[in-house]
Amino acid sequence: MQLQSKDLLGLEGVTKKEISLILDTAESFREVSERSIKKVPTLRGRTIINFFHEPSTRTRISFEIAAKRLSADGINFSTSGSSFSKGETLVDTVKNLEAMQADVIVMRHGIPGAPHLIARNLDAAVINAGDGAHEHPTQALLDMFTIRRHLGKLDGLTVVIVGDIAFSRVVRSNIYGLTTMGARVIVVGPPTLIPVEISRMGIEVLYNIDEAIPQADIIMILRIQLERQGKVFLPSLREYARLYSLTPERMKIAKKDVLVMHPGPINRGVEIDPRIADGDHSVILEQVSNGVAVRMALLFLLAGRKEFNKSE
Amino acid sequence: MSNVAANRIIMTARDIDRILSRFAYEILERFPDRDNLAVVGIQTGGAHLGRRLVQKLEKLEKRSFSFGILDITLYRDDLALEKDQPIVRKTDISFELNQRDIVLIDDVLYTGRTVRAALDALIDFGRPRRIALAVIVDRGLREFPIRPDFIGKEIQTIPEETVRVRLTEEGEPVDQVVLLKED
Repeated sequence: MQLQSKDLLGLEGVTKKEISLILDTAESFREVSERSIKKVPTLRGRTIINFFHEPSTRTRISFEIAAKRLSADGINFSTSGSSFSKGETLVDTVKNLEAMQADVIVMRHGIPGAPHLIARNLDAAVINAGDGAHEHPTQALLDMFTIRRHLGKLDGLTVVIVGDIAFSRVVRSNIYGLTTMGARVIVVGPPTLIPVEISRMGIEVLYNIDEAIPQADIIMILRIQLERQGKVFLPSLREYARLYSLTPERMKIAKKDVLVMHPGPINRGVEIDPRIADGDHSVILEQVSNGVAVRMALLFLLAGRKEFNKSE
Repeated sequence: MSNVAANRIIMTARDIDRILSRFAYEILERFPDRDNLAVVGIQTGGAHLGRRLVQKLEKLEKRSFSFGILDITLYRDDLALEKDQPIVRKTDISFELNQRDIVLIDDVLYTGRTVRAALDALIDFGRPRRIALAVIVDRGLREFPIRPDFIGKEIQTIPEETVRVRLTEEGEPVDQVVLLKED
């Protein structure tokens, strides 16, 4: 059993079997991070380049730690200070990285489809670490992994996703992944932040958070992307907080053992009340720990095998 | 698939059980420091056998012994050569290895590569005082300088043959060791 593609560009089209393989493998890798010597020799001699075209804390460091714990050589490359400013194209840049024998390129880019463009042009494996408002597959995988660890399954669970559905890449990957795994997804947010035809992805749409919360086994809160709010999607952050923030009052109508998740970074007091973010239902920091295991599993599955596309 | 008519049962459930009982006595004789004795089984066959061995030790000594499970996939030397990727299974060693006497157990000893990987893996967990190797079947044909300390049975084989230890824990109807021949 292995992944069908040389890349992980998104969860759209990834099968249930493949997602299960990634999550099962991550289960085994979790143990490595709990040892006193947190390192295994598995990917010795492999080169993994983190190519980040947008800011990132969690994802970049998580990939970097994952590579190091597998003994791969991880190199970080951000576009500031690179030849990008001299006008080199994206494809030329990554071809140069590949010419230096990179085995995996982990890419974050502001433009949807950028990782797909480079994947078509390279033999190296490409992992999408977030492309614009399109997909962020490793975040969705670690979310599913965290849910599965707590509730033992994904099938049949109801996941309520609250917030900026229009601009979130996390939500799109989660919708693809969760529906493939048999979960029910409800998205909630102000109409300006919910695309008109999103229900065609096989999910339900609600505009009132109080109708959604009682149904939830998992409440996934998304970040309100403050950098986009100069535009006219919300009258004010205060109004958003009043109508959609996950507060202790709202938690009273939730199921007793509901899980509260957030992909980070958190805007405390905007989309989630600090008492909930730090409360008993929150698994937010566990999501971060699990991210390392999931990314180790992916690097192993994509870089640990016999060279994929090359002719012999 | 190829011809499997020449399969031969080389050990029965009773043989396997007797070997494990003998291992228990031999191990207790060799390692008198009961407090520091621990068993580690290599996934997956060795893990089941290790669990059985620990039960025997516990019955004889009327005390508990530490038991761990080791998956060696991450330490294999042939990962980049295999077309089909191996499944990574769980490693679970939740006790301190420093200054312990470790009995490493596996079902079949063949090239020695698995044991090499297991030794590297164990050393990443700590510095055991001693590591001894117990195997149900030693089929020869070593590629590395590795030898077992406790042997169930030695048999002569050729590379075209496969020795399979079938255990009820893995859904087999009965425990047995079979020699599979292929044309």
